[in-house]
Amino acid sequence: MLTEELVDLSRLQFAVTALYHFLFVPLTLGLAFILVIMELTYVITDRPIYKDMVRFWGRLFGINFALGVTTGITMEFQFGTNWAYYSHYVGDIFGAPLAIEGLMAFFLESTFIGLFFFGWDRLNKWQHFMVTVLMALGSNLSALWILIANGWMQNPVGAEFSFVTMRMEMTDFWAIVFNPDAQAKFVHTVSAGYVTASLFVLGISSWYLLKGRDLDFARRSFRIAAGFGFASALSVIVLGDESGYTVGEAQQTKMAAIEAMWETEPAPAAFTLFALPNQKAERNDYELQIPYVLGLIGTRSLTKELPGIKEIKEKNRARIESGIQAVVALEKLRKNRDDWAARSQFDLHKADLGFGLLLKKYTVDVSQATPEMIQKAVDDTIPKVAPLFWSFRIMVALGFAFLLLFSLALFYSVKGNFIEKKWLLRWAFWFIPMPWIAAELGWVVAEYGRQPWTIYGVLPTHLSVSNLTPANIYGSLAGFVGFYTVLLVVEMYLMTKYARQGPASLGTGKYHGEKASGGALPADAPAQKI
Amino acid sequence: MDYETLKLIWWLLVGVLLVGFAIMDGHDMGMGVLLPFVGKTDLERRAVINTVAPHWDGNQVWFITAGGAIFAAWPLVYATAFSGFYWAMMAALWALFFRPVGFDYRSKIKNPTWRNTWDWGLFIGGAVPPIIFGVAFGNLLLGVPFHFNDLMMSTYTGSFWALLNPFALLAGVVSLAMITTQGANYLMMRTEGDIYRRVRAASLIFAALAIVTFALAGVWVANGIPGYVITSAVDPNALPDPLAKTVEVSAGAWMHNYTQYAWAKWVPIAAFAALLASIVFSRLNQAGLAFWSSSIACAGIIGTAGVSMFPFIMPSSTDPRSSLTVYDAVSSHLTLGLMLGATVIFMPLIVFYTSWAYKVMWGKVTTEYIAANDKSVY
Repeated sequence: MLTEELVDLSRLQFAVTALYHFLFVPLTLGLAFILVIMELTYVITDRPIYKDMVRFWGRLFGINFALGVTTGITMEFQFGTNWAYYSHYVGDIFGAPLAIEGLMAFFLESTFIGLFFFGWDRLNKWQHFMVTVLMALGSNLSALWILIANGWMQNPVGAEFSFVTMRMEMTDFWAIVFNPDAQAKFVHTVSAGYVTASLFVLGISSWYLLKGRDLDFARRSFRIAAGFGFASALSVIVLGDESGYTVGEAQQTKMAAIEAMWETEPAPAAFTLFALPNQKAERNDYELQIPYVLGLIGTRSLTKELPGIKEIKEKNRARIESGIQAVVALEKLRKNRDDWAARSQFDLHKADLGFGLLLKKYTVDVSQATPEMIQKAVDDTIPKVAPLFWSFRIMVALGFAFLLLFSLALFYSVKGNFIEKKWLLRWAFWFIPMPWIAAELGWVVAEYGRQPWTIYGVLPTHLSVSNLTPANIYGSLAGFVGFYTVLLVVEMYLMTKYARQGPASLGTGKYHGEKASGGALPADAPAQKI
Repeated sequence: MDYETLKLIWWLLVGVLLVGFAIMDGHDMGMGVLLPFVGKTDLERRAVINTVAPHWDGNQVWFITAGGAIFAAWPLVYATAFSGFYWAMMAALWALFFRPVGFDYRSKIKNPTWRNTWDWGLFIGGAVPPIIFGVAFGNLLLGVPFHFNDLMMSTYTGSFWALLNPFALLAGVVSLAMITTQGANYLMMRTEGDIYRRVRAASLIFAALAIVTFALAGVWVANGIPGYVITSAVDPNALPDPLAKTVEVSAGAWMHNYTQYAWAKWVPIAAFAALLASIVFSRLNQAGLAFWSSSIACAGIIGTAGVSMFPFIMPSSTDPRSSLTVYDAVSSHLTLGLMLGATVIFMPLIVFYTSWAYKVMWGKVTTEYIAANDKSVY
């Protein structure tokens, strides 16, 4: 029996493990490219300091990457362990990008990361540089396929339901790959990763500059981070804006919720800067709006209308009523494939099958659904407005703050006097955690905003779970929280330890806190012949 | 390509990926199993760990890709097995947690307790997953208590403890012995001196253990474990629907394929021959040949389980018609074809650059090398 407790616990476990995994992903995506830039500078200029930069920031990259790998396996297991019906129902489509991700991207990234760390003495400069490039390419391609899978959950194109196999089946692979939703998500997500990594390098370098140590090393790192960060912050805003939200119905619903837009407004709609959304009364208790802006961003036009929540709900009510017919016909067909009357009824209402399944939360026999149940199902189709409204606004505010910070960092980098701007260095240092907050909120907007669906319009969340007992999930959730807490403490400890130690941790004898001679053996010593 | 051919190819390909996992991830998991015992000092342990330092991460992707391929090619198997074996999967997953952090974090702090803790973490990450996967295969041979409802929602009615029955535990030992042999043979190629002598002894012991337990499991399957047979007509090209067939439990059914197909018996024979060869080559100090032998043994042992059950993948003991087979647990024609294309393109590339990575890093890893590169190796 799929109780509400089971569904909520399964969702909680997924959210906890996904948000945790996503603490490590953005830094990997971005730092890989920063390493590429630093190493390119090294192979061109041949100055050892750039090699030290690659190796030092690479070490922090490695500490982060280890947990990215650890927590990534959880994600792969979890679709099967906790979302078994989902895996059956859409595995034909959803599994393919995941498998291709492994074959095309993850093998590449993981094989070359080994050579990145251990191949310095065995590869020539250009070979090692190629290794770093392939590693960065692998990690970003990995994100591409994962977001193609995720984009399909938001906008399920290129697939059709089969009543014989009782699942969705792929009809057009390229439609899934070139799903506009997936493409927009990919650019936005990797750009966010680049911002995260840039701020990480910028902030830590600023700390060295504030302490007046390793000045040459920190200054060069700061400049690279400022340049890359500025381009990325611009990209995350320009390419990640709400234009992606108009491509599919799921996204229109999400957008209406994000904007707390209860009524359909005449085009171009106003952007709500501040509001107190009241879901029960379907209105905002207070709001502050900027006219025209939303319509312009959302539709790139002055005349296209954006539907409000109330209008979306009324459309959904009609689809739920039609969906009831589809579910009833499907259940007949599952008993007798040759029931032609049921077949034609099913074909007529097939498109609304998912909406009919929403009622399964309230009744096993959907044909007996009462008007109250239908009303509840209609209300369910709109995610909770307030958390989305605020998550989105904080994320956007942070995005603009990043752009401002990187603009100033770049400006003073070009002028060459950023070391004197203590306020800028302090800002960069204290802002290090912010991209993570923005990224996690972005996840909340995208995935919480998709509720009540796992696959928009196709499969409701409450049907997607594995048929387990809540006790099982309490147990595994406790295990995850325990493991992840310990791992996070260990990771943060090592990260801080190595960041504090700075490039001296390489043991080259050239950096702050190292004796000029003696002490550790030089790490650059050629590999002993063996 | 017709649907039937694709279904059969995917049965083979999932096998290939599992064998690839056993050979590649197997040798660094085997390293983990042996680590606390063959390394007596910190430098020795670091030498052992650094034989796989540049490779464990790439090797682990065999596991991840095998999982992804099962998801894509056999979604019902993925859904039913992972949710049914819930606690076993959690245990395997949590054991795997110790690997990335164990490798990367262990030598970053110079504290004996810290390092020793992670060494045992690598031991857990190396020993627990092979045991669990072996136990899982044992339970597949026995049949798993699950059924589907009309909407193909699966329910598992067994318990975690029921998975730990004597036959399945024996299968777990076979798997652990196979993986440990693989790890020992790999370490023979990459170490010298005391460590070499210790891993060579381990190679001999675990290969012998693998032969004995594998033979025992074979006798058990032949005489004590009923198999499953499909009793309705099979249309291999039909749209996959497990509930459309009828299945019966039948004594000795897991031996049918060996009488029906003459070539089938060569799979277990290859497993035994390869394990024997591993022993012979270890004794002769031919580490490379021993490694290739144990790699073939991995293929033989996994292949034997697959061939015995064919066409079954996951039989149901409580509702036999819900059993999953290569014909009815699969993805659509389009998805199977597409995934085959992706595999054909990328698998040779993967083998190519993985080989290159090994070639670049090849050579004996000595304690002197570790001492000289204290800050840049694990």
